[in-house]
Amino acid sequence: MNDKQPDATLSTTGEHSLSSTAERQAVVQAPGATPGKDWVIVTRGLKREYDMGGEIVRALRGVDLAIRRNEYVAIMGPSGSGKSTLMNLIGCLDTPTAGEYWLNGTLVSRMSDDELARVRNKEIGFVFQTFNLLPRATALHNVELPLVYAGISSDERKRRAKHALEQVQLEHRMLHRPNELSGGQRQRVAIARALVNNPSILLADEPTGNLDSQTSEEIMRVFENLADSGQTVIMVTHEPDIAAHARRVVVLRDGIVASDDRRSAFKQSMGIS
Amino acid sequence: MPFLEAVRLAFAQIRVQKLKSFFTLLGVMIGVMFLIAVVSIVEGMSKYMEEDFAGKMLGVNSFTLRRRPEAQFGNVSEATWREYQRRPLIYKSDVDQVRPALPSGVLASVENMTFTYASTPYNRPRQVQAVGAEESYVAIKGYKLTAGRTFTAQEVSYGSKVLVIGTEVAEHFFPSLDPLGRELRIGGVPYLVVGLLEKQGSLFGFSLDRLAIGPWTSPISRITNPRGDIDGFLVKAPNAALLADAMEEARSVMRSSRHLAPAVPDNFALESSESALTFFAQLKGQMVAFGTALPAIGLIVGAIVIMNIMLVAVAERTREIGIRKALGAKRRDIMRQFLVESASLSVLGAALGIALGIGMAKVVAAVSPLPARVAPWSIPMAVLLGAGVGIVAGLYPASRAARLDPIAALRQE
Repeated sequence: MNDKQPDATLSTTGEHSLSSTAERQAVVQAPGATPGKDWVIVTRGLKREYDMGGEIVRALRGVDLAIRRNEYVAIMGPSGSGKSTLMNLIGCLDTPTAGEYWLNGTLVSRMSDDELARVRNKEIGFVFQTFNLLPRATALHNVELPLVYAGISSDERKRRAKHALEQVQLEHRMLHRPNELSGGQRQRVAIARALVNNPSILLADEPTGNLDSQTSEEIMRVFENLADSGQTVIMVTHEPDIAAHARRVVVLRDGIVASDDRRSAFKQSMGIS
Repeated sequence: MPFLEAVRLAFAQIRVQKLKSFFTLLGVMIGVMFLIAVVSIVEGMSKYMEEDFAGKMLGVNSFTLRRRPEAQFGNVSEATWREYQRRPLIYKSDVDQVRPALPSGVLASVENMTFTYASTPYNRPRQVQAVGAEESYVAIKGYKLTAGRTFTAQEVSYGSKVLVIGTEVAEHFFPSLDPLGRELRIGGVPYLVVGLLEKQGSLFGFSLDRLAIGPWTSPISRITNPRGDIDGFLVKAPNAALLADAMEEARSVMRSSRHLAPAVPDNFALESSESALTFFAQLKGQMVAFGTALPAIGLIVGAIVIMNIMLVAVAERTREIGIRKALGAKRRDIMRQFLVESASLSVLGAALGIALGIGMAKVVAAVSPLPARVAPWSIPMAVLLGAGVGIVAGLYPASRAARLDPIAALRQE
């Protein structure tokens, strides 16, 4: 619906970013970006094609991306730029048609469904635009869910879930169901759920898309605090002022990385400082 | 996901949708209910056969020499029936030949029987089961006397008009009177009541206490066997080995006295409680087969209902499945969740069915002469059956859920 407006701003960003190729090269194709300790995410020539009734749609056409531990990255792009596809690949919900993807030094691009499920459980914490909480479960049980699939005992689950809810200041609402919580509270439950397994990456897909601007700010502060405390955060958004909170902004266009900017450069280009 | 977690989840789901869950498990419930009821009735009948019928009517370790088998189950073909009709009657001469051939220690008695009217001055005439027998008859049948005595060998040889009567006969014909020493008329002939039998109860709804037993040599035989023949010659051995001997002796004497060539089949019957029980065992198998076939159809319908509801559940909860998968649920976790859910529904249905089935068996036993007895093995069997039906019904929906693509599932509204 409101895709139009961000698109307009993005096109200018894209042009600006393409001019600073040197910096982009330095970050994205750093020779040191070998899959290993520092680099939590390394992709090489990541491609994803969909067969839409005989017609091949190339959603990603070779994405090289490297993200260090503790980075706070926003992935931007207009509709159809491939950012959702990239997020699905990074989140191990999907496998690439071609290319390689190392997560924490492990090649995950060729894994089976169940191996990917295990990786999602251990390494990735998802925060969705629509929160995706189980409607009939309490906040506490929602947060426990990843631990259930990790095979952790009930008592330990409860303890850790409570702790995660304390981190987002929701311990007093833990026995409420999602429909008894405000939008911001729901998203904080989702963040607690994403964090409960101590994942390598917190992966947020339009985390403020269903929230008013004040609540959005509140959620962005939560992300900021997490990033400050050393959590790797990757956020997919089409809202520039949300992306502006990140310290690095990757812009996708037509299935390739169009720009990759450090915070300062991006902020300047947006006229924010 | 641990199994218990899946069970907890399944019951939470069932609790949230009580009415829908109830309708889902209705098929299994009804199927199991009838299954339990049918098995209980068949089991009750077979227990009844073994304990009461065989003992009371035929007697353990005993056989009866008859013209044709009396306890006839199943269909008798026209040809067999005609063959029975052509058989010679059994007369005193036959019995007199068989009796000395029997091993010692074996009791034997003629047994003539018919229903006929009896009367006393104290009440209306009524039908009784008139039996003409010998002095050992009461001992062979295992009857106990509560008062008086049975008739003696002398009374049998004289043809004395004496009777031993059952409790119902005593109560009807001698209301609030002591029947001993009083007269009971059978066919207009007065008999002296000398003994009173203990209460026997009933068999398939027929009272066993309407007996009036007298010496077969008395005029009672003109009513039981106007042709002057003998209905049956009852032989009781103290053990199975002696019974077999006695049967062989009786057979060989009968065959030789009737000049039957070796290839010719017997033209008389030696009917034992074993042969009746063997036949009943076959009958029981058939009853179980037919009795369970219909409830089995109920279970199949129940399985189809569960499968459909589970397919709907998978469709309704696609997003939930997507969330669970995104959070790390493996295929087998999702598979297990839905299988446990359908199995829980089905086992719950089976449990309700067991309770109702037991109730139904009790009602049948109470209002009809059919005995019913809940077979202990049928309860775990029904639970297992319920679980099996649930798992089979859940297999396809669960595997569909497990194979869902998490991205597509998350996109679903």
